[in-house]
Parts: sequence; structure tokens; C-alpha cells
Amino acid sequence: MPETASHQLVNLSDMRVEIKKIIRGYQGEEGILIKIIQDIQSMFDHVPEKAVDILCNEMDLDPVRIYGILTFYGQFRLSPPGKHTMTVCQGTACHVMGSKKISEYVERKLSTSPGSTTSDGLFTLEKVACMGCCGIAPVVVVDHEIRGHQSIGEVDHLMKEIRERERD
Amino acid sequence: MSASVGTRVLICMGTSGLAAGADRVLETFIRELARRNDEKTVQKKIIFKSVGDRGIFRDTLVDVLETGRERIRYDRITPGKVSRIVEEHLLGGIPVADYLAGDIYEKFFRGQSRRVLANCGEIDPESLDEYIENGGYEGLNRILNELCPDEVTEIIKESGIRGRGGAGFPTGLKWAFAAKKDSPEKYIICNADEGDPGAFMDRSVLEGDPFAVLEGMSIAGYATGASQGYVYVRAEYPLAIQRLKKAIETAYDRKYLGPDIMERGFSFDISIREGAGAFVCGEETSLIRSIEGERGMPRPRPPYPANKGLFGKPTVINNVETLANIPIIIRHGSDYFQTVGKERSTGTKVFALAGKVKNTGLVEVPMGTTIREVIFGPGGGMLSPRSGFKAVQMGGPSGGCLPMDCLDTSIDYESITETGAIMGSGGMIVMDESTCMVDIARYFIGFTASESCGKCPPCREGLTKMLHILDSIVEGKGSRSDITELERLALLIKKTALCGLGNTAPNPVLTTLKYFPEEYNIHVTEKRCPAHVCPALIKYRIMKENCSKCGLCRKACPVNAIQWERGNYATIDLKKCIQCRSCIEVCDFSAIE
Ligand SMILES: Cc1cc2nc3c(=O)[nH]c(=O)nc-3n(C[C@H](O)[C@H](O)[C@H](O)COP(=O)(O)O)c2cc1C
Ligand code: FES
Repeated sequence: MPETASHQLVNLSDMRVEIKKIIRGYQGEEGILIKIIQDIQSMFDHVPEKAVDILCNEMDLDPVRIYGILTFYGQFRLSPPGKHTMTVCQGTACHVMGSKKISEYVERKLSTSPGSTTSDGLFTLEKVACMGCCGIAPVVVVDHEIRGHQSIGEVDHLMKEIRERERD
Repeated sequence: MSASVGTRVLICMGTSGLAAGADRVLETFIRELARRNDEKTVQKKIIFKSVGDRGIFRDTLVDVLETGRERIRYDRITPGKVSRIVEEHLLGGIPVADYLAGDIYEKFFRGQSRRVLANCGEIDPESLDEYIENGGYEGLNRILNELCPDEVTEIIKESGIRGRGGAGFPTGLKWAFAAKKDSPEKYIICNADEGDPGAFMDRSVLEGDPFAVLEGMSIAGYATGASQGYVYVRAEYPLAIQRLKKAIETAYDRKYLGPDIMERGFSFDISIREGAGAFVCGEETSLIRSIEGERGMPRPRPPYPANKGLFGKPTVINNVETLANIPIIIRHGSDYFQTVGKERSTGTKVFALAGKVKNTGLVEVPMGTTIREVIFGPGGGMLSPRSGFKAVQMGGPSGGCLPMDCLDTSIDYESITETGAIMGSGGMIVMDESTCMVDIARYFIGFTASESCGKCPPCREGLTKMLHILDSIVEGKGSRSDITELERLALLIKKTALCGLGNTAPNPVLTTLKYFPEEYNIHVTEKRCPAHVCPALIKYRIMKENCSKCGLCRKACPVNAIQWERGNYATIDLKKCIQCRSCIEVCDFSAIE
């Protein structure tokens, strides 16, 4: 996967070049559309509208087909995420171990809900059904780092830390 | 394991190890040794090995193996503890007694029969050589040299193995259906979607022993005449995907995948497809649509995938654990496989133990073991001495909650189904008295309602309606007729939904209604939640007659809504209170209602 940061690719023709590259990489493979969209998302951190246009053009597809996929699968984002992503696991083990009060607290504290980004663009809350680390429930994932045995206090501390770090 | 001279230090670095900081522990070990780079250190020939998760969640696990000496196991190792292990044990020869894993750890493993998990936490998952040293690829080698495809399917049939992914369909039979079909193209799919939120055996196997899954798929390919395999793995498992990719690359390099494997004329390819966050895609027909690059909508069966699957071609779809069992069966024979288990449920099953239990982790036991033996054996019993066993959830969103009375149920497909739960993928979540069964039922219906693909009305509309009813019950607005309606809807959806998601989604409600009817009644008639879970039914009031003036609740409150001074009763400022229940959870005296 080409490792290009999203901000470097605002240029439309660059975007076209990158997307063509992705498509070419899978030439000859069947049923590859979702994989292509996944690659686009990991390149731009979300699936930009323009990328969908380009994809439709290049692969001769109807946009409805792509948006059908984008809205069906929970993984895809249509807008760029905030600077940090935060997920309180909503799986069964985490639920039984009290994750709900943590997620409610985080939502209240950040005044946002899963799938949305705080108005200052600092945090995006995401939803996950289980991280597969159920033995250390409740689990919170911050910027892809898994943290086990979390409490409101710990998560609060973490959010403060991130805010302070960002202020400096 | 090869008997190499010197000292081997195994560090568990699966997702759970890494979450506990195992990478920092390994770094510290290496740094500490480098710092003492003297004659004595070099002579010891110390090798560090990162292995997968062993299955017990006790932070970072470190094992020390020295030739001719007893294996030493440490748990909960932090970077701060490393220098003593290096100094006293690795160089000094005397294990650090303070850090030894101890009895709980030993007990966790003693009660198990580890077959599928045998390599997890023991070998370097990225090393094909270590896999081979431990019997890996003996199975594939044997069939390519000695057996025709039908004989392989026959062995799998004889073993009696049934699918570990949920439905328990006989694997050999499934293979035979696909083998019989005359088609130039056939596919093997490994279902690694692990959708049950609370199960993690597939993740651990993929991270800890990925070659076993690849070998299992290759054997299935040979037996059925397929030459292409796909692993459909959920995107939430980045480490599993990484290890799998690495393993596939290595297998290709070393000619265990690709054209003319082991020069026996058999060709097999494997690609990875990442899931994109949809529970329904664990269901086989949806999964197939998803690999085809479409929305993961299920379709009615028949035709079954074995007849008409991926791209319309005969397809065998098996779960990770099922496939990881295959090399064992071929290597040791179907009789060996049946030495444990029951007549119609042979072999072992891995359970993912989590929730309010002392030891959480993966437990592999013979089929036929009782639920009690798992929870109170390896599981070590309840987490808190203050709160007794209330229920165990088995089978995830398609399963059910079983009470104390069901603890002696034997774990086999038929007995579990009889209780109203299902074996499922093996999730086992233990609940104590602080869990509200109505809340749990609501939780699951909330999950399945939001994961319903929307294709069939019973599931789409029916589950939403059930959710509304459960919402009103937990909010204190329910009535007795709601309970009747809930049950009616549950039975209706079970009968009429299109796919397994909808057919089984009502199970959590039906089992809680069956085993915990009183709890529903109290919610609707007394508007009370006996477990103090449903926020709307809690008053957040300190009951002076029970309060011991200990002040624990004040410490637990994240928003300083509790006033307390030494020698006085606590009081709650309801204006500040965010109803998070932290105080209720810490109170040892049930003094908050
Ligand atoms: C809603 C739903 C979700 C499922 N999720 C999974 C899953 O995550 N993993 C899995 O192996 N099987 C899952 N299954 C079962 C599969 O449809 C299929 O039966 C299984 O992969 C077959 O493999 P096996 O015979 O080896 O168990 C699910 C079924 C349903 C109805
Ligand atoms: S339930 Fe949260 S990690 Fe599995």
C-alpha cells in the first residue's frame, strides 16, 4: 500500500493517479471492489466524494453501487476523522464489565456520539463490536492502541493528557 | 520443541500481550542484556522469542526454558521487573520467586486438553520451521504422498468433527458435497470474521499459529478439488491479518502454497479478504457476497455454498478453529481425534471465557465437559467473592443466558441447544448478581437490530419493535402485556426470518424470559431493577441503614457528586450525579438504591 498522507493528496489529478495505481494492483482479481475502497480509505483516512467519482469513472460503475457498499459496511467513513480516534468497545464482555458507563461518560464529555467528531476536530468517536481482547474488559482503543481494564477515571485522564499534549 | 542449548525466553506478544505492554518488556530485556555485554552473558546464549498469546489474560507472560531445567513461568511482567529476572535468573540461575505465575496460572492450564491451541504461546508464529518442527505440514505431506482426495474426506468424516463456527454441521459431509460437484473451479473459504462480540479464539489461533489454518485450508482444497482459498478476516484484527500475510508469503516462498506443492502436482493459492465491519458477513452467504465485492446480504439456502457458492462455484466454507483441527486429524488419525469428546460431538472445543470470572482467557476442553467444570476449573470461579454466579451467556447474539441450574449441562451441540442457547463459536461470558438480565437482553437485541441487513421484514422491523419494548421496560414504562408481546414477536421472528441472524436473534430474549422471568416482572410491576443496572430505575439515594460510612463511594465518583466525611453517612448531590453507577459498583454494603 502506498504510504501517502492525506493532506499531500488534495490535488485531484494526484488522486486520480493514486487510485488508478490501486486498481491496477488488483488487475485480474475477481470481486475486488471492497478491497479497492479499503485501500482508498487507508490512503485518505476516509473515502472522499471525489475518490468515488474517480473510481466510478475508472471502473465504469454506477455511484449507487459504491455508496451502497460505503453505507452498508461500518468500517467506511465519508468524512475525515479527527486528530485522535477513540473507541469504547461495545462487545458483550465489555458491556458486562461496565463499558456502557464509560461510553456514556466519554460521549457526554466530548459532546459527540459514535461516528462523529468533536467540534474542535480533536477526537472522533468510533464504534466497535469487539476487539477480541474480552479478557481485559472493559477495553478502550485510542489511536489504535488497545487499553484494558479501563475506568471512567483512566479514560478521563487520558483525554486530558491528549488535550494538554495538543495544546503545547 | 527442538532441544537447543542455552536459554530461551518466550514472551507472549499477541494482541492481548501487546495491549499489556509486552513489546516494552522485550525491549527492556534486550537492553538489559546488551548493557551487561560481558563474557558471562554471551556464554549463556540467551534467545528471546516472541510467541502468540497463550490464552490467559495476565498481562505480559514470560517463560524461561533452559536445557535440563524445569520451565519457569512468570506472569504480569512489566519493564520494571525485567532487570531482576535478568540479574537473578538468566545470569544468576535462580528464578525470581516474587514474580512466578503461581497456582492460579497452573490451574488454568491443568484443566485443559490443548490440541488446537498447542502451538499458541509456544512457537514463533512467523516461523515456518518451528511449525514444521512441531508436526506442521506432516498432514499435508501425508495426503499428497499417500491418499487420494476421497480418502482424505473419508478420514474427516470418520473423525466426526463438526463445524466450530456455530451451526455444527459435519465437516466431512460438507467437503463430500463440494467434492462431488464437477466444476473446474471450486473455492475454500476460511471464515475468520469472528463476529460474536465476546469470542477471541479465532484471533488467537490466527495470531499464534497461522500456518495451521493455511495447512487446514490446503488439505480441504486437495480433498475437494479446489485450487483457490480465501481467508475472510475481520478488519478489527490487524495483528492477525499481519501474521497471516506473513505466513502466506513464507508458505509461497517455501512452496507450501502455489503451483505444484511439495512437488506432488497439487496447486493451491490463498488470498486474504478483510471484512469491513458488518456482523451479518459472518453468515456464509453474506460472507460470499462480501468477497464478491458486494453488500453482504444473505440469501436463502438451498442452494448451499457447497453446490453454488463464491462466484457461483462449489465452495467449502469453514471456521478458523475447524480448519485448525484438520491437520491434527490427518496427522494423528480420526481415532485419535475421537479419544476425547462425546459420540456426536467429538474432539475438543475452545471457549473464550470472559466477564465476571477470575481467570479470563481461552480454555480448550474435551466436548462433554460441563459448563461448571470450565467456569470453576480453569476459570477459577467468580471474580468477586461478594457477588455470586447468576448466568453464563453462550453463543453470543445467537445464543442465550443460562442460569445456575444449567451449569451441569454437558458441552455438546445437542445438550446446549436443548437449553435454548447454542454452542456458537464458543463465547462464554460469565455474569454475576450485578448483571441485569433485561439489560443484557436489550443489549443483544440492540446489537442484532443494528446489524440486521434490512433485507427481510421480520428481522428488520421485528427486532426494532422488540428493542422498543425492551427500552420501555428498562426505562420503567413497561407493562405485563409488553412481556407477552415480546415473547410473541420473538417466536415469530425466529420462525420467519430469512437467515441465521434473524432466526437466532431472539434467543437472548427467549432464554432470559425462560430462566429469569421474575426479573422482567419486577421491572414492569415494581419498576425496580434488582441488579441496580437500569439507570432510570435507580434513585441514587444512600440508605443510611446499610451505609457503613466507609467513603469508598466518594472516591469512586468521577464527578465529585458524593459528599462524605470520616464518621458520617455519604450523601449524593443529584444535580451533579451523572448516573454512572460507579458508586453502586464499589459499595460493599448495598447501601445505594
Ligand atoms: C449471523 C451469523 C453470523 C455468523 N458469524 C460467524 C462467524 O463470525 N464465524 C464463523 O466461523 N461462522 C459464523 N457463522 C456461521 C457461518 O454461517 C457458517 O456456518 C460457518 O462459517 C461454517 O463453518 P463451520 O462449519 O466450520 O462451522 C455465522 C452465522 C450467522 C447466521
Ligand atoms: S467485548 Fe470488548 S474486547 Fe471483546
